[in-house]
Order: sequence, then structure tokens, then C-alpha cells
Amino acid sequence: MLKLQKIDLYYGQFQALFDVSISVEQGETLAIIGANGAGKTSLLRLIAGAHSAGSGEILFKGEEVNKRPAYEMAKLGIALVPEGRMLFPSLTVEENLLVGNYVRRPGPWKLNDIYKLFPSLHERRKNPSSNISGGQQQMVAIGRALMSNPNLILLDEISLGLAPLIIEEIYRVVKQISALGTTVILVEQDVRRGMNAADRVYCLLEGKISLTGRPSELSMEEVSQAYFGV
Amino acid sequence: MRSLLYTPERRIAVIGFLVAAVLISMASWGEIRTMSLLIEFFYLLALSQLWNLLAGYAGLVSVGQQAWIGIGGYALLVMADDFGIPLGLAFLLVGVVAALLSYPAAKLLFRLRGGYYAIGTWVVSEVFYLLISGSTSWSGGGLGRSLQAARFIQPPAMRITLVYVIAVVLAIGSIALVYYLMRSRLGLGLTAIRDSEMGAASLGVNVNKLKLFVYVVCAAGTAIVGALIYLNALNIIPKAAFSVNWTAYMIFMVVIGGIGTIEGPIFGTIVFFLLRQYLSDFGEWSLIILGCAAVIIMLVAPQGLWGIIRGRSQIELFPVRRKLSPNFEKSE
Amino acid sequence: MDWLNAIVQGILLGGLYALYGTGLSLIFGVMRIVNLAHGDFIVLAAYLSLVVTQIAGLSPFATILAVVPLLFVFGYVLQKTVLNRALTGNLLPPVVITFGISIILQNALQLIFSPNSQGLDAGSLETASIQLGRLNIGWVPFITLITAIVVLAILQLFLTRTALGRAFRATSDNPGIAELMGINSRQIYGIALGLSLAIVALAGILLGIRTNFAPAEGPARLLFAFETVIIGGLGNLWGTLIGGIILGIAQVIGASFNPGWFQLAGHVVTLLVLAFLPSGLFPRTREL
Repeated sequence: MLKLQKIDLYYGQFQALFDVSISVEQGETLAIIGANGAGKTSLLRLIAGAHSAGSGEILFKGEEVNKRPAYEMAKLGIALVPEGRMLFPSLTVEENLLVGNYVRRPGPWKLNDIYKLFPSLHERRKNPSSNISGGQQQMVAIGRALMSNPNLILLDEISLGLAPLIIEEIYRVVKQISALGTTVILVEQDVRRGMNAADRVYCLLEGKISLTGRPSELSMEEVSQAYFGV
Repeated sequence: MRSLLYTPERRIAVIGFLVAAVLISMASWGEIRTMSLLIEFFYLLALSQLWNLLAGYAGLVSVGQQAWIGIGGYALLVMADDFGIPLGLAFLLVGVVAALLSYPAAKLLFRLRGGYYAIGTWVVSEVFYLLISGSTSWSGGGLGRSLQAARFIQPPAMRITLVYVIAVVLAIGSIALVYYLMRSRLGLGLTAIRDSEMGAASLGVNVNKLKLFVYVVCAAGTAIVGALIYLNALNIIPKAAFSVNWTAYMIFMVVIGGIGTIEGPIFGTIVFFLLRQYLSDFGEWSLIILGCAAVIIMLVAPQGLWGIIRGRSQIELFPVRRKLSPNFEKSE
Repeated sequence: MDWLNAIVQGILLGGLYALYGTGLSLIFGVMRIVNLAHGDFIVLAAYLSLVVTQIAGLSPFATILAVVPLLFVFGYVLQKTVLNRALTGNLLPPVVITFGISIILQNALQLIFSPNSQGLDAGSLETASIQLGRLNIGWVPFITLITAIVVLAILQLFLTRTALGRAFRATSDNPGIAELMGINSRQIYGIALGLSLAIVALAGILLGIRTNFAPAEGPARLLFAFETVIIGGLGNLWGTLIGGIILGIAQVIGASFNPGWFQLAGHVVTLLVLAFLPSGLFPRTREL
């Protein structure tokens, strides 16, 4: 459903991605792993339309979408859960979720489904979103993305800074989302976590794809070499 | 001679003195009519340099600099005519008066951000205007008042010559002020603030103190120019002295020429000065044209005419920026 | 001096200033720029209403139906074609451009309508008033105050209860993230300036019915709008109403001592608020 071909991404003079090709099928869960600064976040933001590639092609549902603005990508069915949650601080929890539905895409996710998925958000729904715990903020960020009923959801470092129990809960939800047929691409620094959740893995090293394959077929040695480049 | 021209600072100082000497010598051989015309050019040049220092280098985008023109004019008249202070001394004291008034004004204004700061400067100017125009003994009422002390400079040609020399000194002086200020440590601080206010603060640059200093210097400088304007015009009316058009002219000159450079305002003053000679017959149209020009320049060529010229030819008359090495230029 | 009357007249005047201030703070809230031509748009609206009354022979109140949509469209187009290009994060371009527009508008109005002041003719309603004991409440100022309250209430409902309103607030918080939600921030900015000028249109027409106006009076209106916002507190919707009322009361009381102190009293109160309550009487709330 999504295919990136020979992508180069630049920030001014700085090149963040080199000749990156990635593809993901409908319903698959993909993990992108790599060290800090390897270009994982850039890759997700590129797919979401927040950056445009200097060269290469991005095909989404068969359509060339490179250089489309982010707000159009959201309408096409791509939702990004950005690194650091990035909720709207002056909106309540519920209002944040409702903003996710701004594009009014039809689909299974309604406000109540999000509250069923994350029951602790329901009692906090009138709270300012800056006034809840980090784990709950992450839940709102995921819920906000789901509210647009995306075909493809991009999760950027959703476990960062959270307690292990909360991480477990959030990854349980990721499995549920995937089970409903939504395609997932997740970025993780935690290699094990990423590999456990995914059908396939890409490893990024300094802006280049250094390894790809199914988690079961990759040895830890291969992965650590691709991850650290040594 | 070679050692004298060794650093850019000295080279520019020598050239500056030479230009000033030539211009000032005109007082002995130039025609009065030419000099009266040039007086206007030189005070506009000084005004544009000062507004550029304020907005282009310190990021204090003000639309209320007319406050200091009016304060300058009235301070001169009140001190010289009402308090009997000798004209020369009164002229110098104008800067002190403006500096003293601008300090508390800045303290209040710096609580406002961005565009609201700009309107705030306008409010301050209106307060001065209303206070002065409300007191008939100071303002002279709607018809204004004239500078009596200047009667003692005789013949009139002598006064014009004197004003001309001061105008040249103020214009060259304002360029020198901006140049040496920006080459100093303070200039480095200002450049850091312009790039990133938070970044500069985290490096230990005292952002507010620097801005306050520039604000006070520009207020005092603009007031001295204002005093000169009314030493030239002799008659002062509150409405005209505190007219926002003064600031409109400053913005126009700086934006057309190129903000954030020393050459830009010089260039912009020349363009404005010439345009005004041609447009003066068009009444409202002239301001409409100037307004449109400023808007268009800001949209299509925000570095102004000088930016376009420099982009083509890489010349720099006043190298304010420090260069680490010839190849080290900011990317993009 | 009749304090009660001064306060009542000040409150009524505050309604007009609340309308001025709301438009200014709406666009500052959404895109962090200040429109220096705000006051000139108020005067422009009064002139547009004048033209419509003369061409169509309508009552000034009826011209609201024409002038409000017209200025909405004008604001939307101005934002999309000019101001959106000036949003580079640098504060200079918006200031210079809106200041340039202010000068253009002022001189164009002067060219077309002469510098002399004119008024809108609303017939007998203009001078009609309600007598309450020794208080004299003019119908037009009263209608203005009610209009301001209604506009603020509608705006609050819009910002909190509608998807577009939430998109406004999300964009105000973080335009980049809002785009990821499918919100086109440039579109939001266009609608924001459109709404701002629509409110300005109401204010301008009510101003024109209330008193005479002249092309050069725009900047003074800008300053009143600014002072309303500063006194009320940046980004506080209902604070704008209180800010306008305090400004109005200050001006009326100032003028009762000396007619020349009308504006001065307002400026002084603003500077005092700035000195002692830098975030205004009512600091920022969630709405804007």
C-alpha cells in the first residue's frame, strides 16, 4: 500500500536520507529501528507529508504523493503520532481527540471506542491535555491519530520515557489496532520491543537502510551490526 | 599610509573623514539652495540609520519613533526659549532629555511582544503628543511656535550653513555609530539575539540590557536629529512633529534599501529623496505609492534593493559581519 | 461631576471597544501577528456602509448584510494572497506590510472621500435614548454593547463547540502538528482574518452611526483596540469586554475633566496596567 523508492531527503545542505526504498503491505506492521540521528523520525515525517523528498518516489495506494502537504496526506488516510506526543496544550483531552477527527474520514473509530481502548482517559476527558500523566498523553496522541480512521498509522517512539507497565499496555493496543487491519509503521530505539511487535524490520544507519528482514530470520548479531555499523 | 589602512575599521574611518571633509567644505563654496536641499537628505539619512539600528539590528520594530522627533524639537525650543539655555548647549542637552525619557518608556514597552510592541511605541508617542499639545504654553497651540533663539544667528545664510554642517556630522556620525557598534562586542550580542533570542540568552548575552541600550541610544539620536530639523524649519506644530509619517518614511527608506545592513538605508534614503522630489505634486498618491512599494519589496525582495545588488556583485562597503575564514559562510 | 453617568457612558463605549479589540486579538491568537491596519479597516467599513446607503438607499443597519460579508471575503483574500507569504517567523514583514496597508488605506480613503468627516444617517434612532432617572442611555450605544456581548458569545461557542473552532485553537497551539491532523493552517489564517474583518465591519458601521468619521482616524481606532486587549489581558475573550469597558470609563472620566484628556486618560490607564499588571486584568485562558 505504501512504497518509497530511492528517496533522498535534504534539510538545506544536510542530507538526512540516502537512497531509501521501503514498502509495506496492507495490514502489515513494520518496525524501523536505528540509533539516535539515523533518520527514523525524518522518514516518518516524510511519509506523513511534513517533509518532501529531494528525489525519489512515494506511492501511497498507487498514487504518487511526494511533495503533497501534510494536511492532504491526513485526508488520504495517513496519521502520525509524533515523537514527544505533541498534544495541543490549550485543548482538553476530548478536544484533542476531536481534532483528530477533523478530516471526517469514515471508519470504525469513534470517541467512545477510544475511551474503551484507554479507559483512564474517559474520566480525564475534560482535563487540559497538559494536565495528565505522560502515559495518558501518549494514549491521547494515539487516540487522536485513530480518530482520523487512518489506513496507515505511523508511531514515533511511543515508548519513550514511559514506565514499563504503561509501555506494555500501549503495545497491547498497537496489536489491537493492527488486528483491525490498520497498517502500522513504528519507529523504536528499543530494538527488542520493535522486533517483537513487527512483521518486518528495517534498520536505518546514518540515513541508509542497513538491514531488512523478518524478525524471526534475523540474528541478534546481524541486527547489532546494522544498528551500530560496526 | 599602509598601516593606517591596515584594518577595515581604519580604512572606513579614513574614508569617512575624507567624505565628511569634502561635504563640510561645501559650506564654504556651495550654494545656499543646494545646501538647504542636502540638509533634508542628511537628516533623513541619519533617521534611516537609526531606525535600522533599532529594527534591523536589535529587532525592535517600532512605529513610534516620531515620539523622539517631537521631543527633540520641543526640548530644543523649550530649553532655548523658555529656560534661556544657550542654543548650542540646549542642542546637546536634547539628547540627554530624550535618553532620560526613553528609559522608563523602554521599561514599559519591553513587556510587550512583537507586533504589540510596535503599537505600544505608538501609544507612547501619542502620550507625549497629547501632553505637549495639551499645554498651550509649551506647544504654542495649533499654530505651533517658532524658535526665537535662532534669531541671533545672523545672517540667515549663516544659519543654513551651520545647520548643513551639523546635518552632515549627524549623518556621517550615525553611520559611524552603527558601524562601530556592530563591530563591537555589543554588535556580536545583537547578532546573536537576531539569530536566536533564547540561544543568545543561554550563552549569557543579557538580551534586555542590550536592547534597552540600543533603544535609548536611538531615542537620543533621533531626538537630536529632531532638534536639527526644527533648527532648520524654525516653526514647530505638535501634530506635524509627532506625525507617524516620520516613522513611515524611516520604514520606507530602510525597507526599500535593505534592512539589517548599513548600505541599505543609505541607498534607500537616496531612492526616497529622489522619489519625493518627483512625487511631491501627487498629494495622497505619493504615500499610496510609497506604501505599495514597501509592501511589494517586503514580499518579493525582503533584503531590499541593496540585497539585490549585493547578491549579484558580492560587494560590501561596510563589512559589519565578522568572517572566520573566506570559505565559512552560512549555508543557504 | 456625575460619576454614575460617566461610568454608564463608559460601559456603553466599552462595547464598541470590545468589538475593536476582539478582531485584533483573534488574529493575534491564531497566527501571532498584529494587524496595524486594523483601525483603518474599521474606518473603511464605515465608508463602505456610507456608499451602500447612498447607492441602495438602505438604512445603515441594513448595510451590515452587505459590508460584513464583503470585508470577510476581503480579509480572506488579503491573507491568502499577501499576508500568508509574510509569515516567515520573522516579525518584521507582518508589521511592515500591515503598516503599509494602513498608509495605503488612509490615503486612498482621503483621495476618494476627502479628508472631511462624514456620518451615517440612521434617522431618529441616532439620537433616541432611554431615560432611567437621571441616566440617559442612547439606543445606538446600547445596541453596540449588546452586539459586542453577542459577538463574544458566538465566538466562544464557535471556538469551543465546532470542529473549525477547535482547528483554530489547535493551529494557534502548533500549526505544524495541526497540519498532521488534516488542518490546512493557511486556510485557517485566511478564515481568521476574514472573521476579524467581519467583526471590524460591524464595529465600523456602529461607529459611523454613533459619530462622524474621517479617513485619518484609523490609527486612533487601532490604539483603542490595542489598549482594550492589553487592559483585558492577551488572549482572553471576555477580558476584551472588560478591557473595553475600563478603557471607555477612563476616557469618559478623563474627558469630563478636560475634553483634551479623552484619549490621554485611556493611554495612561493602559500604561499603568502594563506597569503593574503586565498580563492584563484577566490573563490568557484556553479559548484563544
